[in-house]
Amino acid sequence: MEGLYAICVGVLTSCGIYLLLRGRTFPVILGLIMLSYAVNLFLFASGRLNSNMATILGESDTFADPLPQALVLTAIVIGFAMTAFMLVLSIRAYSENGNDHVDGKPADERVHDSSIAADKGGQKE
Amino acid sequence: MSLLWIPLLPLLGTLIPLLAAKLERTLILALTAIAPTLALILLLSFTGEVFSGNTLTFSLSWVPVLGLDLAFRLDGLGYLFSLLILGIGLLVILYARYYLSKDDSIVRFYASLLLFMTAMLGIVLSNNLLQLWMFWELTSLSSFLLIAFWHDNSAARKGARQALTVTAMGGLALLAGLVLIGQVVGSFDLSVVLASGDLLREHSLYPIILVLVLLGAFTKSAQFPFHFWLPHAMAAPTPVSAYLHSATMVKAGIFLMARFHPVLADTDLWVSIVTLTGLTTLALAAYFALFKHDIKALLAYSTVSHLGLITLLMGLGTELALMAALFHVINHALFKAPLFMAAGIVDHETGTRDLRQLNGLWKYMPITATLTMTAAASMAGLPLLNGFLSKEMLMAETLKFDHFGALSWLIPVMVVFGAIFSVAYSIRLVHDLFFNGEPKRLPRMPHEPPVMMWLPVAFFVVLVVLVGVAPVIVEPLLLSAVSAASGQPAPDTHLQLWHGFNMALVMSAIAIGTGLWIYGRRLHLYDFQERFPEINASENFDRGVKNVMYKCRDWYQRIDNGSLQRATFLLLSFTLVILLPTLTAKAGPGPVFNVKPMDGAMLSGTLLLVFGAIMVVILHHKRLLSLLMMSVVGLVVALIFVLYSAPDLALTQLSVEVVTLILIVLALFFLPHKTPEESSSPRVMRDLGIAGLFGALMGTLTYALITRPFDTISGFFTENAKTGGGGTNVVNVILVDFRGFDTFGEITVLGIAALGIFKLLAGVRLHYRSADAAGMTWSGDKHPFMLNVVSQSMLPLALLVSAYIFLRGHNMPGGGFIAGLITAVAIIQQYIAHGIDWLQSRFRFEYSILIASGLLVATLTGMGSMVLGYPFLTSWFDYITWPIVGKFEVASAIAFDLGVYLTVVGSTLMILTNLGKLTTAHRPREEEAI
Repeated sequence: MEGLYAICVGVLTSCGIYLLLRGRTFPVILGLIMLSYAVNLFLFASGRLNSNMATILGESDTFADPLPQALVLTAIVIGFAMTAFMLVLSIRAYSENGNDHVDGKPADERVHDSSIAADKGGQKE
Repeated sequence: MSLLWIPLLPLLGTLIPLLAAKLERTLILALTAIAPTLALILLLSFTGEVFSGNTLTFSLSWVPVLGLDLAFRLDGLGYLFSLLILGIGLLVILYARYYLSKDDSIVRFYASLLLFMTAMLGIVLSNNLLQLWMFWELTSLSSFLLIAFWHDNSAARKGARQALTVTAMGGLALLAGLVLIGQVVGSFDLSVVLASGDLLREHSLYPIILVLVLLGAFTKSAQFPFHFWLPHAMAAPTPVSAYLHSATMVKAGIFLMARFHPVLADTDLWVSIVTLTGLTTLALAAYFALFKHDIKALLAYSTVSHLGLITLLMGLGTELALMAALFHVINHALFKAPLFMAAGIVDHETGTRDLRQLNGLWKYMPITATLTMTAAASMAGLPLLNGFLSKEMLMAETLKFDHFGALSWLIPVMVVFGAIFSVAYSIRLVHDLFFNGEPKRLPRMPHEPPVMMWLPVAFFVVLVVLVGVAPVIVEPLLLSAVSAASGQPAPDTHLQLWHGFNMALVMSAIAIGTGLWIYGRRLHLYDFQERFPEINASENFDRGVKNVMYKCRDWYQRIDNGSLQRATFLLLSFTLVILLPTLTAKAGPGPVFNVKPMDGAMLSGTLLLVFGAIMVVILHHKRLLSLLMMSVVGLVVALIFVLYSAPDLALTQLSVEVVTLILIVLALFFLPHKTPEESSSPRVMRDLGIAGLFGALMGTLTYALITRPFDTISGFFTENAKTGGGGTNVVNVILVDFRGFDTFGEITVLGIAALGIFKLLAGVRLHYRSADAAGMTWSGDKHPFMLNVVSQSMLPLALLVSAYIFLRGHNMPGGGFIAGLITAVAIIQQYIAHGIDWLQSRFRFEYSILIASGLLVATLTGMGSMVLGYPFLTSWFDYITWPIVGKFEVASAIAFDLGVYLTVVGSTLMILTNLGKLTTAHRPREEEAI
């Protein structure tokens, strides 16, 4: 079971990182959401995986660790605020620059970095 | 106490010219001179005590933790240098009044000069290494101001910059050296350090310390190969050159060598480095001085050469070498300062400093000519003048030197070589200036300067002759300085005018004779020199600095060329590089914790999640589809929370998921619906690689973490939740009670994010889309009847649920966060079903007020406990019995949770409605027609 859980975290991280490296704002935001899933699951798991355990006092003698849960709960809400802010930022950038590239510059000012070759040269088009 | 006033008076004096700025220039001069004069009188009052061998000290604790005290000491060495600094400083102040033209700001000049004077006095009187260094840097800074005095002149700016760069680099080396000394000795107190000579010399760090300290000394005293800044610093006004670049600042390096002589000197390394550096500087600079056509450039190279001479003497380590060195410090200051002043007079009266134009000035300015000739003769080392005496001592000492074994004879030979050129350039200075035909094309008709201008020169020249004829007058001064510098009783010797016919005299005679002959053949030498390609150390230095700058910019460009993708990639790669080795290290036991067997629920959940996540990546060009896949992932995450006993998290995740989905769909209304395919295959491979590595890393970390036993710190929370917080839902009690302050911060951030979004969306210009990417137009029925009816009837139910979730939160899964999100979703549903206009006419709420009141409620709840004398956010609860309702609990935490609830509702609705409003408010007319 722990192995499956670890696979979930790993796959979410991979997909998140890959999307994070895209050149347009929308996939990057999706990537960030995915990364925050991964991070939340990771943090949550620091209390170890316990099925069918009590979360309310008095229900049972064995408790699920409440501390990571409390931390992750606020993390989820803050994650929402962050996602919302990023989305609106990307909308604003799109309206200002006429494109939704992550560099946040109008098309004619942008450094083209869409290939490895351009990466090495690092020159403006 | 009174010792402190010697550096303090000039420091206070810097204010005088600034305050007296409006007055007449001579009056400013008089007022400015007061502070240094008082300091000089104070210094002279200590004469008797210093000459009898006492060391006066003053100390005031400053930053004791760093070993930094405000500490001063006055011994023979400090006295000698202070005398030069104050005495020459006063004469320069007098001279500058007449040298500077009416357009120059004499106020700024005097203020900078006194600041410099303070810094110099600080160096020579410091009894603390760090304090010494601080004043050392202050001389660099104040000399920068003085060199760049004519700041509209680009040569002055460049010279100032170069001087600052070179001396500040040396200053950094010096700091490193001094800190090391402090580490080795265990104190920054100079008195302690001076007593720890053996400890330092035998320490393994000694070579590093020595090189660092000498780097500081050599850069300041313009030793080869750092000599080049000095000639360029001649762009400064001539009084500055006379003061800083001949008499004082360039001697700071010499002072440093003398100061640390008892602890660092006379090892093989010291002798080799110092002697050879001094010798090279002496010979090279003397040679090049002959070919300079600018008087000040000639004098600058001559100064470099004489500094080399003193450095050489510092290194020799023979019996009287240190004495000769300090004697030459005095003599050089006495004959070089008037020469610079004379150069200034010539420049002032004729408008040029070019020796090829200036000839035959004897007829026009005989007084200046006489004074200059006397000083120049001393520079050349003619008998009956002070320069002769110290040069004679130098010759004698080099003959005694045997450190380099059989090759030791090279030293006296090279010294004679330097002396020959010294004679030659001295003759050139005098001959070209005052004889050698008539002046050529002078900008001004030359005449004698005002009396006050040649009077300081005359004062120096009188001293030159006096010391030359009766050296005994400086003997006590010199001997006390030597004794202080060497840390031993002064050598039992006397300065004598006549040493009899000896080898040193022969060497002097050779130098004078050959110098004359060389000067006679100068035209051939000029030709010879012309044939060399110009080697310009200063230009090389500038090019080096520029290269470093370009390289830095180049590297910087490679890291940050404005592309976020590259920055992200580099950041991630760097993280990998740092993290991977730590994971490959074998640490601790392997997985031991009770690994549970796979069950069907987790397996199907994992499969669904992996499928969803991978589909998001594959479909990310089709944005709406990938968003749907994303919600699958979110749902599975919520289910995972359910599976592992976290109902609060599952509820939160679910409601956030709904809100996020609506938000993103709204955003997609404005953003492009497709992501262009612009990543090249290698880039995709690269990104997949790094993403895969990261995933593997995180997966491994997670596995390693959850299969290891652990002790939770949550015991405290479970034990005290009921008794201390009054709730059985420990998660909620943690949120609103134990960690209430965290939550308070969280909701504040949430509110700020909502306000930020509000501001970002204000005035944004966007096009309303009439169709989706496939060209399909939107449905004509914006608010379907079914949805309309159902959602309206659902609203009370939804609000009831959220109220229930809110109220039970303290004891059952739920609470302000979740209830707030549920309420927000319920209201948003009304927006979707009915549109903004419909809702706005019925539901008048300013969401910003909702956010503010939520934060206010939370704050007031927290402050309530402060009123009762408890810390912020201390909770209170009690049980009350009401008729019918029965016994129930009242807790202050629920009020705090209400604040959370209101803030969450307000923020969420503010974000969503503001984005939603855009779809209606800015709709262009023509789009509607389609």
